[in-house]
Amino acid sequence: MKASGLNVLVIDENRIRAAIIEEGLRDSGYDQVTVIDVMHGLARRIADLNPDVIVIDLENPNRDMLESIFQLSRAVKRPIAMFVDKSDEASIEAAVEAGVSAYIVDGLKQERVRPILKMAISRFNAFSRLSRELEETRGELENRKAIDRAKGLLMRSRGLSEEEAYALLRRTAMNQNRKIVEIAQSLITAASLLDPGAKE
Amino acid sequence: MTTRHAITAGFVPLLDSALLVVAREKGFAEVQSIDLTLVRERSWASIRDRLAVRQFDVAHILGPMPIACNLGLSAPAPEMVVPMALGLGGNAVTVSAALWQAMAGEGATADLDARASGAALRKVIDGRKGEPLRFGVVHPYSGHNYELRYWLAASGIDPDRDIEIVVLPPPDMGDALAEGAIDGYCAGEPWNTFGVMKRGGHLATVKAAIWRSSPEKVLGVNARWGEGHPEALAALLVALYEASLWCARPENREELAQLLAKPAYVGRDAALLLPALSGELPVGRGAVQNVRDFFVPNAKAATFPWKSHALWFYTQMVRWGQVAHTAERQKIAAETYRPDLYRAALKGLGIAMPSASSKVEGALTVETPVGSSGALTLGPDGFFDGGRFDPDAVDAYIAAQMR
Repeated sequence: MKASGLNVLVIDENRIRAAIIEEGLRDSGYDQVTVIDVMHGLARRIADLNPDVIVIDLENPNRDMLESIFQLSRAVKRPIAMFVDKSDEASIEAAVEAGVSAYIVDGLKQERVRPILKMAISRFNAFSRLSRELEETRGELENRKAIDRAKGLLMRSRGLSEEEAYALLRRTAMNQNRKIVEIAQSLITAASLLDPGAKE
Repeated sequence: MTTRHAITAGFVPLLDSALLVVAREKGFAEVQSIDLTLVRERSWASIRDRLAVRQFDVAHILGPMPIACNLGLSAPAPEMVVPMALGLGGNAVTVSAALWQAMAGEGATADLDARASGAALRKVIDGRKGEPLRFGVVHPYSGHNYELRYWLAASGIDPDRDIEIVVLPPPDMGDALAEGAIDGYCAGEPWNTFGVMKRGGHLATVKAAIWRSSPEKVLGVNARWGEGHPEALAALLVALYEASLWCARPENREELAQLLAKPAYVGRDAALLLPALSGELPVGRGAVQNVRDFFVPNAKAATFPWKSHALWFYTQMVRWGQVAHTAERQKIAAETYRPDLYRAALKGLGIAMPSASSKVEGALTVETPVGSSGALTLGPDGFFDGGRFDPDAVDAYIAAQMR
């Protein structure tokens, strides 16, 4: 299935996200996809690639430069306009929310390009969701480590079983209206202050 | 009096975001019952996009950009108003060590005189073979682009034929200069001080020397938000005015530099931010030059949104082919800046405000007391070439520049 003969350029300093977008585009049948994740010499590379569509992350500091290139190229009859136009407020909003922006060669039918932006928006959102989940998992892992260390401290210093140590942490947290991990952190800090030599 | 206002403001990490930063950090927003959220962006395009979709209510923005938006020159184009300026001046032109050496050989002086450095650059270009010199600016619709072009053109250099002007993110300019990708740039602070102190650049001239007391960043307001939240907007203008007074006090400079240096704001060493605040600018080769009115946060009606400033930006858009001049477009440009909103919001403060909404730019050669309401002085506001811009004679100014 040939989705289009469109030449699509993805500019994103985040390599993983760029790869996710590229994969999505290829899966949808766009086979002329180029990814740029190094911003050096960007203007030259765009001129060489001559893309029909550019997808770029909103945080990219080179967007002002990009837009100025498009503005200048108007003089040499190679006009590129921003994809999301005024009549399409919902899609502008969705794109900005997702953190992605796109530009197309002026005159290209919006319908031909709309699937690209839709795909980019959903992949950007998916990526943010993944990053968030990863962040949370990492946080949870660290919390669990802290709680394990605190339990170890209590077991050794007070001769408690693991279960009792955990119960003590939980009870203290409830009494002080704090999280278990906060109590664990305080305990670890206190222990290291009292006995700087002890590792665990 | 207990109504609280929640306002989200975008800003780009530059020295002249100071008023917004200080309004939040020194409690001036809080006094006005404003919960001011500041969100940092890395491009003016993102500032515009987030204003358009109302993620931002207001933003620190390049003076010409709201005009460009209202003229439909950029997309998406949120309808915008400018009820306040965020200071005057603050930019400089930095050149590479090699270009400075060539310019010095042709009579450029380290005192940053725009006439001498412009004439020297002209001679360097005349004697040059091969690739044209390349200069960086931060945005096509920026004071930087227009003042650089004004300086070049008034020095006999055609900015479109004799040199090449490219757009770059300000934090990249110093590196681009050191690598030889560009020969010079016009940017805001701390990027000139950075280029001089860290990347071997040399100041050629400053905005204050090209056009003294000239407009730069403004408070851009999403017009629909402004109309829907007049009290919040007025409260914000009061907070920003109080912040401008705080920024202007010399005894606060050190603290201001420390505030701006925080990672959440400009995120650069305070040492790179102090020169623009004190006016003691490192110019290169270890020399320091005192520049009067380098960046003016409050004095000389520095926060007043002059319609003549909006119109001057508009004449430069026309001059450099960004838009064709019509009476209708001129009106849109003038109406983007809203001194009426400024006056209405600040009238309770009992401060001296200009009674006019426009002035002849470049007419004041010395500091001049103005208005009836009190201790306000304006100027000097001269263009380095002695030019004048009369906002009542826009057609004639545009025609004269087209020659």
